[in-house]
Amino acid sequence: MLDQPLIKVILLVGVIAVTIMLTRSTTGARHQAIRRLLLIGFVLLAAMAILFPAMLTRVAQFVGVGRGADLLLYGLTITFLGFVAASYRRMRLLEQRVTTLAREIALREAVHDRRHRHGDGPGSGQPRSGWTSS
Amino acid sequence: MTLSPPLEDAWLVIPLYNEAPVIGEVLATAMTRFPHVVCVDDASTDGSAEIAERAGAVVVHHPFNLGQGAALQTGIRYVLEATDASYLVTFDADGQHRVEDAAEMVERARREDLAMVFGSRFLDDRTDPGFLRRIVLKVAVWITNQQTGMRLSDAHNGLRVIRRDAAEALDLKQDRMAHATEIVLQLGRTGLPWAEHPVHVLYTDYSRAKGQSLINSVNILIDSMLK
Repeated sequence: MLDQPLIKVILLVGVIAVTIMLTRSTTGARHQAIRRLLLIGFVLLAAMAILFPAMLTRVAQFVGVGRGADLLLYGLTITFLGFVAASYRRMRLLEQRVTTLAREIALREAVHDRRHRHGDGPGSGQPRSGWTSS
Repeated sequence: MTLSPPLEDAWLVIPLYNEAPVIGEVLATAMTRFPHVVCVDDASTDGSAEIAERAGAVVVHHPFNLGQGAALQTGIRYVLEATDASYLVTFDADGQHRVEDAAEMVERARREDLAMVFGSRFLDDRTDPGFLRRIVLKVAVWITNQQTGMRLSDAHNGLRVIRRDAAEALDLKQDRMAHATEIVLQLGRTGLPWAEHPVHVLYTDYSRAKGQSLINSVNILIDSMLK
């Protein structure tokens, strides 16, 4: 449990960061900038790992992991978790927008319908749209 | 309570999703006391909306299925925007709530000047939810109380009376079932006076079959924690 403490701390911090991403509101330009910086960093690291595999292994041994490939796998796992969190957030946002839109349509139609039923505006004899029956 | 007058200034808000076998009867009973009812049809596929319309309820149609929380919010918006009701009552479509309880709760809100009255099945021992369901409901209450800072005895009860000023503060973002916690949270934040009222929940074979499966409480729990 307490061997290789450095890599464990790094990975746990990564997992915690992902969890915070999931439970905190993270929209706005600042967060977009951070996301993009992280992405650039990720690309640079990937290029370095390809060009200088020996260096990757040295970094891996420094943090207490045997091979560079293992470090790569751990990093990828955390990055993947972050990706899941980010897409979850984006999906929730989209869902809420769709709900708002659908609600406006539903309310508009209901209020419109009611006015026609009580009043005598044109179109009161029109059939209802067939949303529910289709 | 014989020959009670109809409640003209209260609207029932009923989220409706595939309840065709019972909704006609539920509405017929409810409308003896509550002449104003809005059903939010969450894209039912079994003709529930037509039955509700024939029974005389206002029906708001969601273009596709959005979930019970979304339907509730739509119904609340309808009452606020299209009517001048003083109170709205959230009510389940499956017939598990008693209309007398709802009417008593509105009268109590009026008498005691309360902005919201929550129905609770655990204030007396009339309701028998069964052993396992009781445990799950109690856990849900505990979690809701932790999250909202309120002290309720029953969290996931669909019967609530909400006064207009309190309803205006509601903006439910949980489309599915986790809205039950969210609604308590948002109402609690208004700081308006509230009370719990003992109600009897009628567990019929129908409502048991249609109601929340226990495994779905996992979804509710996680939905209410993630933002």
